[in-house]
Amino acid sequence: MTVLKIKFSFQRRVRLAQGLWLLSWVAMFTGVVIFSLGVFLKMELLRRSEVMHTMDIHMVPNMLMLVGLASVGINLCAGRICQDSMNVARFTLWKNFLTPFFMVSLLFTSLLLVAMSLSFALQPSLEESLKIGLKNGIRFYKDTDTPGRCFQKQTIDRLQMEFQCCGNSNFKDWFEVQWINNRYLDFTSKEVKDRMRSNVDGRYLVDGVPFSCCNPASPRPCIQERILDNTAHHNYEYHLEELNLHNRGCREALLSYYMGLMKTIGPGVLSVFLVQLSVLASLRYLQTAMIGVEEQENMEVETEGYILEKGVKETLNEAKENLKNLLPVWTGGQVVDGATEGDAEAEAGAEKEA
Amino acid sequence: MALFLIKFDLKKRVQLAQMLWLMYWFAVMAGVLVFAMGLFFKIELRKNSELMDNSESHFVPNLLIAVGLLACGINAFGGKICYDSLDSTKFAKWKGIMKPFLISCLLFMVLLILTALFCFMMRIPLQFTLAEGLKNGMKFYKDTDTPGRCYMKRTLDQMQMEFKCCGNNNYKDWFEIQWVSNRYLDFSAKEVKDRISSNVDGKYLMDAVPFSCCNPTSPRPCIQAQLTNNTAHYSYDHYSEELNIWKRGCQQALVSYYGGMLNTIGALVILVTLLEGVVMIGLQYVNTAMSTLVNPEDPESESEGWMLEKTVKETFTDIMAKMKAMSKGGQVEEGDGDGVATVS
Repeated sequence: MTVLKIKFSFQRRVRLAQGLWLLSWVAMFTGVVIFSLGVFLKMELLRRSEVMHTMDIHMVPNMLMLVGLASVGINLCAGRICQDSMNVARFTLWKNFLTPFFMVSLLFTSLLLVAMSLSFALQPSLEESLKIGLKNGIRFYKDTDTPGRCFQKQTIDRLQMEFQCCGNSNFKDWFEVQWINNRYLDFTSKEVKDRMRSNVDGRYLVDGVPFSCCNPASPRPCIQERILDNTAHHNYEYHLEELNLHNRGCREALLSYYMGLMKTIGPGVLSVFLVQLSVLASLRYLQTAMIGVEEQENMEVETEGYILEKGVKETLNEAKENLKNLLPVWTGGQVVDGATEGDAEAEAGAEKEA
Repeated sequence: MALFLIKFDLKKRVQLAQMLWLMYWFAVMAGVLVFAMGLFFKIELRKNSELMDNSESHFVPNLLIAVGLLACGINAFGGKICYDSLDSTKFAKWKGIMKPFLISCLLFMVLLILTALFCFMMRIPLQFTLAEGLKNGMKFYKDTDTPGRCYMKRTLDQMQMEFKCCGNNNYKDWFEIQWVSNRYLDFSAKEVKDRISSNVDGKYLMDAVPFSCCNPTSPRPCIQAQLTNNTAHYSYDHYSEELNIWKRGCQQALVSYYGGMLNTIGALVILVTLLEGVVMIGLQYVNTAMSTLVNPEDPESESEGWMLEKTVKETFTDIMAKMKAMSKGGQVEEGDGDGVATVS
């Protein structure tokens, strides 16, 4: 019982081939689009790679780039096959190539769906990576004289200004870290000595934040120091103050930015998946319709096209049988050898005993 | 003796027409590009119009937009003429307007050159507008409670961060104005009272700058207050400190930003002018080649094409003579009319 059988006259076959040729060019273009989307996403992730701890999330753009390139190749082949389907002699050359071609194409097309689901599944991993990366970034903010870390300050400042965020979860993260380098602290002054002594680890902690946390939309000039001290500033209460610093944490800001990017790319990926699937289905119909033409050696005859020759279950069982037949070719030799070896050993043992 | 005479057979004529048609399409796209550049520049000016006191002149971007649209139209028309020139019957209907069209192409080229000139010269009025606009902007920085000016602080802060600049000519401009609103000053504090009484106009001036002047590449946390006081900060010398805050003035930063844009657009317009010149010459050749067929009935006959019918000198004297004749003809007609009137 064939799956989704359709009758094809000569005219219909010709139209199918022409339509498929056009569709394959469209699909190639969309493949290029997917590749460039993958490149764009990867570039965006690499730009902020300094505040990310792991590179797990890079699987999504890598997959998109791979599928983009593969689909260009697949669609070029499909277009070529289309052109050759008008000539029976040339089409027979493609016969043995087509079934593995379909397997490989289906595999690559399904990778698109895998990439989409990964982009949601890897969200917790991205969040964790950002958490650790930002924590380290804030810790090494002051180390502008240590090689390898001297650009952390610049990175974090630019990040906070561009994404309008402050600290890891919120601005209070800056209170727990010494973000002023010892080079700029006057160790002879009483205030500095008091602060360092009052801290267990001997760190200089302040209730202040860097200038990049300041919110330009605030009506008053930025209050960066003694944030928790209401008496230090005129007409100031830090509980009610909302516009002075950025309220968001940078982890949340970056996460929502990347999730937004991937959600925007999602529908595009889905539509490309559908286009590619339709190309493969049309190609399958063309292939099966041409089989009838070959048998009867007449271009004008009417033939049938189908997706699967037998039902789904039967096709799967056949595939399993084929695989099993392939395996003994590899393992059959060993079984035979093992038998001969075992016999030889038995014989040797028997000889020894004897 | 014609200028740059070339003999044409059918094949050469067809080749010329095809190549010219292609070049006309490039010229149409170039016109679209000029239009797009004009639009882009207009939007960029609008984005920072608050800093120019909303008094900036939009003459140059408007001119670019108009010229771009005109270029599209003229070149599309030229392409149509080219397309028809391969068929003598179709070409016959265009014969009458070829000469006026070519003259209008020449005038359009002159317009393009003028546009490029305006592009390069726009820097100067822009500089004056920016100087005035930035001065006023800084004055209104503190007025975040005055309707109509409440966004000036945000605009200035964002501009200083984006263009990496501080103040009008340099950071010292901030020392001369009061940029902290009176609402946030504690008038009962001694320090505030001292500062205000020491100033002639009663303004609260200090040697400090807003946070948006801070340079992120500085190795030390930003020093915004008491900038000229070396003892206020540890290991600090304000003469040798270069990375702490931005050194450039915002006037210079914005002028160089817009100036760069204008230079690119001006260069593009000059390239478009050259392209227009080339297609105009090509069309002249097509026109003359199609008009001088040895045997008008036979499409395969030979013909000649030239740039000018006579030499440059003779053409020039011809034009002068024509202009004199036109002006004299007008006077003679008027004289006749007067004569007739007096007679009756």
